[in-house]
Amino acid sequence: MTALAARRRHPLAGVVLVIVGLVATGVLYAALAPGRAGAAEDPASDIEAGRALFLANCATCHGMDAAGRNNAPSLIGVGAASVDFQVGTGRMPLQATGPQAPQTQVRFSDDEIRQLAAYVASLGPGPGIPSAEEVDPATGDPSRGAAIFRTNCAMCHNFAGKGGALTRGKYAPNLDGTSPTHIFEAMLTGPQSMPVFDNGTMTPQDKRDIIAYLTTTSKQPSPGGFSLGFVGPVNEGLVAWIVALAALIGCAVWLGSKSS
Amino acid sequence: MSGHTPAPQSAPGREVVPADADRLLPERFENPGLPVHHARMGDTDPKAAKRAERQVATLFGISALGTLITLVVYFAVKFDTPMSFAEYMTRLRISTEGLGMGLFLALFGIGAGAVHWAKTLMPDEERVEERHLLRGSDADRDAAVTILKEGAAESGLGRRPLIRNSLIGALVLVPLPAVVLLRDLGPLPGDDLSTTMWTAGTRILTDPQGRPIKPADMQIGSIVHIVPEGLDKVPDYLEQKAKAAAILLRLDPADLDPKSQPGAYEGIVAYSKICTHMGCPVALYEQQTHHLLCPCHQSTFDVTQDCKVIFGPAKRPLPQLAITVDADGYLVAKHGFTQAVGPSFWERG
Repeated sequence: MTALAARRRHPLAGVVLVIVGLVATGVLYAALAPGRAGAAEDPASDIEAGRALFLANCATCHGMDAAGRNNAPSLIGVGAASVDFQVGTGRMPLQATGPQAPQTQVRFSDDEIRQLAAYVASLGPGPGIPSAEEVDPATGDPSRGAAIFRTNCAMCHNFAGKGGALTRGKYAPNLDGTSPTHIFEAMLTGPQSMPVFDNGTMTPQDKRDIIAYLTTTSKQPSPGGFSLGFVGPVNEGLVAWIVALAALIGCAVWLGSKSS
Repeated sequence: MSGHTPAPQSAPGREVVPADADRLLPERFENPGLPVHHARMGDTDPKAAKRAERQVATLFGISALGTLITLVVYFAVKFDTPMSFAEYMTRLRISTEGLGMGLFLALFGIGAGAVHWAKTLMPDEERVEERHLLRGSDADRDAAVTILKEGAAESGLGRRPLIRNSLIGALVLVPLPAVVLLRDLGPLPGDDLSTTMWTAGTRILTDPQGRPIKPADMQIGSIVHIVPEGLDKVPDYLEQKAKAAAILLRLDPADLDPKSQPGAYEGIVAYSKICTHMGCPVALYEQQTHHLLCPCHQSTFDVTQDCKVIFGPAKRPLPQLAITVDADGYLVAKHGFTQAVGPSFWERG
């Protein structure tokens, strides 16, 4: 105890105390916080639980009846696919207003997303969440998907799915690492700036072909050497001008300088 | 200088140019001569010379290494066995990068070594070689004039006007084929730029799947890239596609401009996809703002204002393709484009 008393007035004692306090709080919270209730897979209770989640997390913007307010759109008829995409990729709940809702950390568990989706789907008919077989890249033709992707998607998302800029701070996101289900749902529901690609004009098989193309191309090595992010001639030109031209100028300066 | 009125004291620049400036500037600048010769480290220090020698040898060694790398990569990376496309591309990449790097080292090593050798070790004394006079001697000049005069007299151009005039005629005619050959640049475009494969009743197909579209297939906010039916059957497929490519959008009918309503069908409108600025495909569609963006020069068209240009260098709206449905309920063109698609040109009808 004498050792402790002696160090009590050490300049760093306060810092140590604060750190100990913070760690203790975190550990205690993790140990004592209520765990997530295991949700039953019962449609009626899903809708009920989803409604509670909606009122607590979404109703501030979308309204108590989900009919939309101000800038927040109505959720009646957007379907379960829309909820699964927006909440499942962390775009919703929106963290801050801005040109576009960015992809962030997912705030809900899979069960909670399913409950929210069930509630929103109960408000009006809309596209449902596709099954795992419906989005299986193995059943798609990457070559045909590439042709469809180049005509319909590449102008915004880049030919390799690396994303690109739109106007006023909006952008088409990079598709690397997006799950097949979320890609399928995005085409089906047209989130934010993205238009809708209906199953009528772009069939589920077309969509699977696109998913097959994206999963194939994201794994392929870059045959030309450095891909430079697949951004295209701007990036390559920048490297040529800054790196290659600087090297050439360096050589010219060295040729013309006298030896010491 | 004599007629100059002296500028008043307050005139700007008075202090900058002193009155006796012309006395300070010499009539001719003296030749400053060569700068003082500085001996290089290698000239005075045998150790430094030895070090430079080793550096040059190292650079030549790098060149030899580069040559070896080139040869090894050429023979080691094989393409003659059957392999998957991905494997082929991987080997191609290794081969290309290896050959390029090896050849770079081989050539750059020799060049850099030679330059370094010359700069550090070869004699370093300045020598001056005076330029000779440009003017020839008087005797040479007179001889040249005499030769020219003799030649003119011997040709007899002054005495034989027939030869002179026929030569002038031949020289005038010689450039004519060069002008006539311009004809081979091709036939004039005629109305090629004003007509597309879209005519009354042409069925609208999705691009690239080639499926006909029913209005019920499209919900509000959707986009479909479209081509005319029969496009895949024509021999000049790419030329026709470059003119006929269009987009089909469905909006809330209340959002559409009254001008575009006659050509719309239940909120579905079709517009040319070819930018009116430089002909890039205007295909970036922002569903919420209803803006179409051109990726090349950022021209922006507002679908709710009949594709009016709201930003960028394009000068006229995207032409609308009037649409309707046929007896089977599929979307078809009501008639062809009423104005030429693509970049504006001076004869645009």
